[in-house]
Amino acid sequence: MITALPETSPAPEGGDVVSTGSAWRVLLRTFVANRLAVVGIVIIVVVVVFSFFGPIFYHTNQFDPSLTTVNLPPGAGHPFGTDSSGFDILGRMMVGGRSSIEVGIAVGLISTVFGLLYGAVSGFFGKLTDVVLMRFVDIGLAVPVVFLFIFMSQIFRPSLTLLIVLLAIVSWQVPARLVRGETLTLRTREFVHAVRTMGGGSTRIIVRHIIPNTIGTIVVTVTFQVANAILTLAVLQYLGFGLPPTTPTWGSMLSNGTTYLQDGYWWEVYPALAIIVITVVAFNFIGDALQDSFDVRLQER
Amino acid sequence: MIGFIIRRLGQAVVVTLGVVTITFLLLHMLPGSLARDIIGNRATPQAVAGFNREYGLNRPIWYQYWVFIDKLLHGNLGYSFVANRTVDSLVASELPRDLVLGGLSLVFALAIAIPVGVAQAVRRNGLVDYAGTGFSFLLYSMPQYAVALILIQLLAITFHVFPAEAPQSPSILGLFAHPSGLVLPVASLTLVTFAQFSRYMRSSAIDTLAQDYMRTARAKGLPERLVLWRHLLRNSLIAVITLVGLSIPYIITGTLIIEQVFNFPGLGLEYFTATLRDDYPVMLGVTVLVGMITVVGNLVADIGYALLDPRIRY
Repeated sequence: MITALPETSPAPEGGDVVSTGSAWRVLLRTFVANRLAVVGIVIIVVVVVFSFFGPIFYHTNQFDPSLTTVNLPPGAGHPFGTDSSGFDILGRMMVGGRSSIEVGIAVGLISTVFGLLYGAVSGFFGKLTDVVLMRFVDIGLAVPVVFLFIFMSQIFRPSLTLLIVLLAIVSWQVPARLVRGETLTLRTREFVHAVRTMGGGSTRIIVRHIIPNTIGTIVVTVTFQVANAILTLAVLQYLGFGLPPTTPTWGSMLSNGTTYLQDGYWWEVYPALAIIVITVVAFNFIGDALQDSFDVRLQER
Repeated sequence: MIGFIIRRLGQAVVVTLGVVTITFLLLHMLPGSLARDIIGNRATPQAVAGFNREYGLNRPIWYQYWVFIDKLLHGNLGYSFVANRTVDSLVASELPRDLVLGGLSLVFALAIAIPVGVAQAVRRNGLVDYAGTGFSFLLYSMPQYAVALILIQLLAITFHVFPAEAPQSPSILGLFAHPSGLVLPVASLTLVTFAQFSRYMRSSAIDTLAQDYMRTARAKGLPERLVLWRHLLRNSLIAVITLVGLSIPYIITGTLIIEQVFNFPGLGLEYFTATLRDDYPVMLGVTVLVGMITVVGNLVADIGYALLDPRIRY
């Protein structure tokens, strides 16, 4: 037990104690220390600027199909050519990026936050609560996602909001499982007992102590969830979960362009594919890099 | 062990029931009525009432649910009015070809992923490792159908090596009668599956490398080749069971997409036809079936893992 230190204590033998700061500061430091994560962040910033601010400088008509400019190859006026409805591909990549990124990030955040709370509650209370709550996770994971979506598209009129809600409904299970697993070990730790002894309630323990300790898992999960949501969105569009042409996404561009691959209109496929892959790779870079730096086991070797 | 298996079986039953219930509720969320769909908008109210009575649609929902479960327990997935055949007969005629496509791709994906994963782990942070990681990174950052598109562009359109359409034969033998048509679908699904397996195999092999028994094997003077074959590879294989069991839904989705791209005749393509024709019994039957296969896959993986790895005791 350390009692009050004398005022003029000599320098500690193990060197000065460096303040590690809050979890957020640790996070920031690992981030900057990792080159791949920085590369990922830079790519994402570029893609976001391209999608959200690009249309301000590069005006294109993405609403009225124009029959005179159908399937034009890349050239003057249309750097990446035009598609089968006469829309400029570069401009459509910007507009499509907006909806794709919005869906990706919204789904990533919603599903992770919900999964986090769900998993923390399930793991913390354990016993019957855990058994019951985790079966719902199992059920969610066993319902085939793509099948469910095609089914839903028959019932509802597809919109971006509906897509976000549906994608979040099918993606919160993985973060819930991960956080639950961590909570199971965290709840037996001394600091949890200490809070209990001091009279802290379950809500306080979960919100103030369990959740901040899972920050590593959470941040890594968000990035992977965003990447997966962007990919799933692209796949759904290909399989016919169509949005109206007024809300283009990268997936719908790719799926429209595929029809013309045999005709040699490569510019209708590859720019959209490239930007999907680049964005998803960037999110995965961040996720992987952070996972490595949070994973103590890997640092040791 | 027996206790674990019983508990795990109980969980599987509960989860299956959950999937079936969700699917059943979805059926009842559908707008319109089955009677109007089938016998038409100009049918008299008497005819509609008669139709509903004949198929039990006038009964309360819990009773219909019970009938639905009862049929499932007897292996009856429903009846398609549009195709005028049972969903069971549809599954029986289409599933074997899916098994050919999915099975071949699974075998090839494992045959690539296991040696590559071990090689990456042994030469960690070397050229092989970076190349392997980069390749699988790129693959799993693509929508699954993009892999197929690139293969079609390269091998079917640019160089006319393989056809872009799968063999259309209704029988399995017919599929193998045109092996060149099978190449691209199987190759695409193999790559898609490999992307999922690759990182997992690598990290599993890295974990195995760090075990004490690896050090012991080296310390007693075993040649490195034997250490790798007998100790590293065999122990990494245990992880494959979990991997295959858990990736079943992923492989099924992949099969669905690949079938669509290559017009490969199978259950996935039938499913698409069903969505176009509003053939809900087929859509529901196939969804329930896929959910059940997923649950069974997880179950077999868990139990197999517990049986094969003597360190696991429940």
